[in-house]
Amino acid sequence: MKENAILQLTGIYKSFPGVKALQNVDFNLCKGEIHALMGENGAGKSTLIKVLTGVYTKDEGEIYLDSHVEPVAIRSPQDAQHFGISTVYQEITLCPNLSVAENIYIGRTDGIYQNWKKMNEGARKMLQSLEIPVEPTTQLGSCSIAVQQMVAIARAVDMDCKVLILDEPTSSLDDQEVQKLFRLMRELKQRGVGIIFVTHFLDQVYEVCDKITVLRDGQLVGEYEIKDLPRVQLVSKMLGKELDDMSDIKSESSAPAELEKADVIFEAKDLCSNAGIKPFDFYIKKGEVNGFTGLLGSGRSECVRAIFGADRVTGGTVKKNGKTIKIQKPIDAMKNGIAYLPEDRKIDGIVGDLSVRENIILALQVMKGFFKPFTKAQANAFADEYIKLLSIKTASADTPIKSLSGGNQQKCIIARWLLTHPEYLILDEPTRGIDVGTKVDIQKLVLKLASEGMSVTFISSETDEMLRTCSRLIVMRDRKVVGELSGDDLTQTKIMSTIAGNEEEKK
Amino acid sequence: MSPEMNKVSKKSDFPGSLLRNQLFIPFAALFILLVFNLIADPSFFKITMSQSNAGNAVLLGPIITILDNGSELAILAIGMTLVTAATGGQDISVGAAIAIAGSTLLRVLCGTNTRPDTLRTTVFAAFLISVLVAMAFGAFNGMLVAIFKIQPMVATLILYTAGRSIAAWINNNELPIISTQASPTFAYYGGYIPGIPIPTPFFIAAACVVVILLVLKFTNLGLYTQAVGINESSSRLNGLNPVFIKWLTFVILGVCVAVAALIKVSRLSSINYSVIAKDIEMDAILAVALGGNALSGGKFNMVASIIGAYVIQMLTTTLYKFQVPSDALPAYKAVVVILLVVFSAPAVREKLERMDIGRSKKTGGVRA
Repeated sequence: MKENAILQLTGIYKSFPGVKALQNVDFNLCKGEIHALMGENGAGKSTLIKVLTGVYTKDEGEIYLDSHVEPVAIRSPQDAQHFGISTVYQEITLCPNLSVAENIYIGRTDGIYQNWKKMNEGARKMLQSLEIPVEPTTQLGSCSIAVQQMVAIARAVDMDCKVLILDEPTSSLDDQEVQKLFRLMRELKQRGVGIIFVTHFLDQVYEVCDKITVLRDGQLVGEYEIKDLPRVQLVSKMLGKELDDMSDIKSESSAPAELEKADVIFEAKDLCSNAGIKPFDFYIKKGEVNGFTGLLGSGRSECVRAIFGADRVTGGTVKKNGKTIKIQKPIDAMKNGIAYLPEDRKIDGIVGDLSVRENIILALQVMKGFFKPFTKAQANAFADEYIKLLSIKTASADTPIKSLSGGNQQKCIIARWLLTHPEYLILDEPTRGIDVGTKVDIQKLVLKLASEGMSVTFISSETDEMLRTCSRLIVMRDRKVVGELSGDDLTQTKIMSTIAGNEEEKK
Repeated sequence: MSPEMNKVSKKSDFPGSLLRNQLFIPFAALFILLVFNLIADPSFFKITMSQSNAGNAVLLGPIITILDNGSELAILAIGMTLVTAATGGQDISVGAAIAIAGSTLLRVLCGTNTRPDTLRTTVFAAFLISVLVAMAFGAFNGMLVAIFKIQPMVATLILYTAGRSIAAWINNNELPIISTQASPTFAYYGGYIPGIPIPTPFFIAAACVVVILLVLKFTNLGLYTQAVGINESSSRLNGLNPVFIKWLTFVILGVCVAVAALIKVSRLSSINYSVIAKDIEMDAILAVALGGNALSGGKFNMVASIIGAYVIQMLTTTLYKFQVPSDALPAYKAVVVILLVVFSAPAVREKLERMDIGRSKKTGGVRA
């Protein structure tokens, strides 16, 4: 084990049926170090953390800890805690109806007697030493999320943790609260705690971390000192594209000249929603394919959700063909010819127990109205038409949609929206988690629809997909629109540098 | 919509699809009870014609009793099925709500006079008012569940606790009685119409069933409640208003409550606040479960629930016939519930299905 190291993982393998989640991953953490663990969705970050905290058992590999000479076996979260590894998750896992002090000491008292005075006193001392502004007797649920998170950290610290894992702790905090959290993290760093910090916010990584480990597709990309890895490099390592071999891929969609002349169909100004995005402007022309790009959590989905009325719109105006329209809930958007394929197919897309047929006709049926159900024959005709058109593989239209494969489920949802004959189709990650063949099908379909005059917004984590389909890209970072690229600017390099942000400009 | 779907699946391979068919459990239970009665005492199936107190020729016999007494339960099962489908929870206040609706009915008919010689208005008008009142209480429950996101069972616990007191308060804790002098026709709703030997509640229940089946056929009530019950978030993104739909199911249940209350009150020509429709909520929930509908919401089969209601009534009548004291009745019902719950538990069903697949493989059965 290296000098100063408190945690060392070597050659970790973990696979699930059909997925190699981790392959030969190494990870090192030193005393008094804040270490960022970075990677896009599915890169293996959470699997690695779950292996480390005993939620999953590793298939192969060794974990070395501070004072132990032999590799240790972490078989359960209790084991992990016993070894001094504590985790604070994005969602608070404490008990909101107990007091702060009770939360800190819960499950750690000796016997059944509890000296309340001593407990509160101890908690107060510790909270003061960590400069957490809360009374130990306050009920936890009444504190802000930030304070709750700090209490969770305090609990971890009090249990003599040597390794603290912070899994996306900042996603529900505002800027000020994030600063408070960072102060606490630096304080712990001084005390020699090693912190593993998982986040999607690049700025935060560069503000507080010392080292970065990047994972991609379950494999280790590398470990870097923060000063040796500029943002652009980090983004390219996360996405898996070396800067050198990023060739220009020309968009195949309608000719730019034609688009120049096309009318703007939808236009938004200062639009914002309760999902926490900064107000943004937006427009799309008839027959145009544009896209929102940015890292996960940058606010891509939130933007289109605001346009569709899926989140509560808190400000701004939307115009259709120059006339102001009011979109407060999805049905308003649907009636104005907008369709939205949501990012999370399972949670927001499919209605699992209903049949393929019912899933396909659902949106059109809702638009048609409560008292006008389609006849069985009509519904069957619609379903059969789109099952054929999109070659959806299903035993029959009666099959529950949940028993279809992911790609075919996604095709059903696309069919659902195509059936409403929208003027503007929003596809949020339509290709995530589906097989390559279907991905290509969907991209082709998008281009075909656009050539027929439909406006499409296409969002994907895979940049080359976006480059292939979109003629204009809106770039987002930290819930803000930070740039717009079109024409010759549509290159991997340019996208990445815009996502990463100009470092000089920031200072 | 659901009954039609079952027709489709019935055509496919025999043993597996039958087991998986939702109507299997309620029909199997019905069949077992019938066979049991046939063996134990065939007089169960005897139907006789005799003179009622009012001098009408009426049909009597256990089967007729089941069709008569099961009516309220079948009517409630309709509303309970919808509430269960959309909210994934149950309304436990329907018994108390029947007391309120029944009390309202009597209050409107009798005014403050507890032994009226004439009714103050027509039964139909009074019934409409009690429907409105029951819908209002349903709307209250629905508001707590749909808008304030309170668990249905907790939300309806409020009315479950307070309902019977409210019912008593409506009539100043008096027990109005409607004599045959005041209204010769009032007792018809819970009894017999002269010249028709079949009890009226059966017709009322049948009418309700026909109405709900027509509503399910000619509106999207079924699709919407199921979609909301299965995936609320996705339903919203498809333009539905889950809050309104959940609320609506409670209001519909309110209508069912008022109809059941009319029958209950008519049976007695009076009311007993603490006893009327006591524990009927549990039977109504059981009817939904017996129909093979998931109590956690989502897909439902209305016909199965209604058959479930009559199965429960048949169980009750059978037990009475074998002179099980009414105090011991719940214990016997509990045995049935246990069997039912175990049989329809996912773990057991999976095992059954696996057995079935194994068998069809062995016999070289062809599966679609």
